[in-house]
Amino acid sequence: MSEKEPLLKVVDLHKAFGKNEVLKGISFEMNKGDTKVIIGPSGTGKSTLIACINHLVAPDRGEIWLEGENTVTAKNINRIRQKIGFVFQDFGLFNHLTALKNVMIGLVKVKKMPKDKARKRAMEELDRVGLSDQAKSYPAQLSGGQKQRVGIARALAMDPKIILFDEPTSALDPELIGEVLHVMQDLAQSGMTMLVVTHEMGFARTVSNEIIFMENGVIVEQGTPEKLFKNPENKRTKEFLFKLEDLYGEGE
Amino acid sequence: MFSIMAEIITNHWQTLLRGLGVTLELTLASVVIGFFIGILLALGRVYGNRLIYGICTVIVEIIRGTPLLVQLFILYYGLPAYGIRLGAVTSSIIAFSINSGAYQAEYLRGSIQSLEKNQMLAARSIGMTRPQAITLIVLPQAFRRVIPAWTNEFIYLLKYTSLAYIVGAPELMGVAKIIGSRIYFYFEVYLIVAFIYLAVVIVFTKIFDFVEKKFKIPGLETIR
Repeated sequence: MSEKEPLLKVVDLHKAFGKNEVLKGISFEMNKGDTKVIIGPSGTGKSTLIACINHLVAPDRGEIWLEGENTVTAKNINRIRQKIGFVFQDFGLFNHLTALKNVMIGLVKVKKMPKDKARKRAMEELDRVGLSDQAKSYPAQLSGGQKQRVGIARALAMDPKIILFDEPTSALDPELIGEVLHVMQDLAQSGMTMLVVTHEMGFARTVSNEIIFMENGVIVEQGTPEKLFKNPENKRTKEFLFKLEDLYGEGE
Repeated sequence: MFSIMAEIITNHWQTLLRGLGVTLELTLASVVIGFFIGILLALGRVYGNRLIYGICTVIVEIIRGTPLLVQLFILYYGLPAYGIRLGAVTSSIIAFSINSGAYQAEYLRGSIQSLEKNQMLAARSIGMTRPQAITLIVLPQAFRRVIPAWTNEFIYLLKYTSLAYIVGAPELMGVAKIIGSRIYFYFEVYLIVAFIYLAVVIVFTKIFDFVEKKFKIPGLETIR
């Protein structure tokens, strides 16, 4: 790693919902081009963590630095969010807009890009996820995998510095997972910085350069896939990975 | 009976038509003004802070909790005591607009709250402001869902405008009463009026059906 500043730096992040403390001091860093995967049992704060990073959930305490700017104290959160793509578990496509308009609307209304330019850019992003032929389809006319790829294209079109994925394949039929993972793999290889909450061990193992294991609101262990899969330091990490492998197989 | 009805129509069609004109004026004006009142109240109840939510809720509850005729009488007979004198048509439009606004607000609120929560989150995630997310993402979908309820509201209001005759507005019911008192064929006159209301309701129901189909989101046809 270089000495230069990390792209994203999370410092001692806390979040509680009422008395339920979901994040108990999370710290980690990401450099440009990193693909990190967050794994862990459900209800351990993984989704809350990434929702905090683009302030869809407001953190209680801690710092989030994006390109040297503390986003927690930033005045204009909408400007920060433009730099952070977000891919939802349940897609979050705008149901009343076509696939093309879903990708375009942020460019036109948020980035104030002229319509013809935005259309061209949106088509490029749809093409990138293999869906240029579905540009005129509405979300309800698309399969789950196609919807999620439109969701990724929508995030990409905003030229984000980093994309956060919140269990992007959990709502998909098994045979549709592959097409989404494939797009994500291409993205990672193209140098996009990605933080992915997922249970897809194959993806974690082959695409990510670091795995973060979270449980009960803290990071239990983090390290390269080789280290975590072959030689985890923590007993809980071992148990969890063992269970996952049991459930989902060895991956690729 | 039918010959009498035919005769009434031949002799009084102009008066009836004028009455229908006033009825439509009352209905359309009230629905449109009520539409904007409804949007404000609904947004206040869904997105307002505690104060705005409270104010909007109290307004909606008071309006829905008191009879329309009482509201109309307060405006028409009550306000002059405080120096505010409104005409029959004006006070009717105000009363009907506010009343319809309260109901439309509740239909719209239900429709907004029936949308998936992720629509707002997704809009914010690409950097939209809250007002942008509401106007570009939430309302266009909520309006589509509320059309059937609004068809109902329109039909109710069309018929409720007949109350305006009590304060002397020359709408369909009012002119019918005048014609009836002149020729003493009340049964036939009111039957004609009933048919006119029915015809208008059918026409507007068809129009709303058309609008609903036109704005239906492709792929969502089967969800009802």
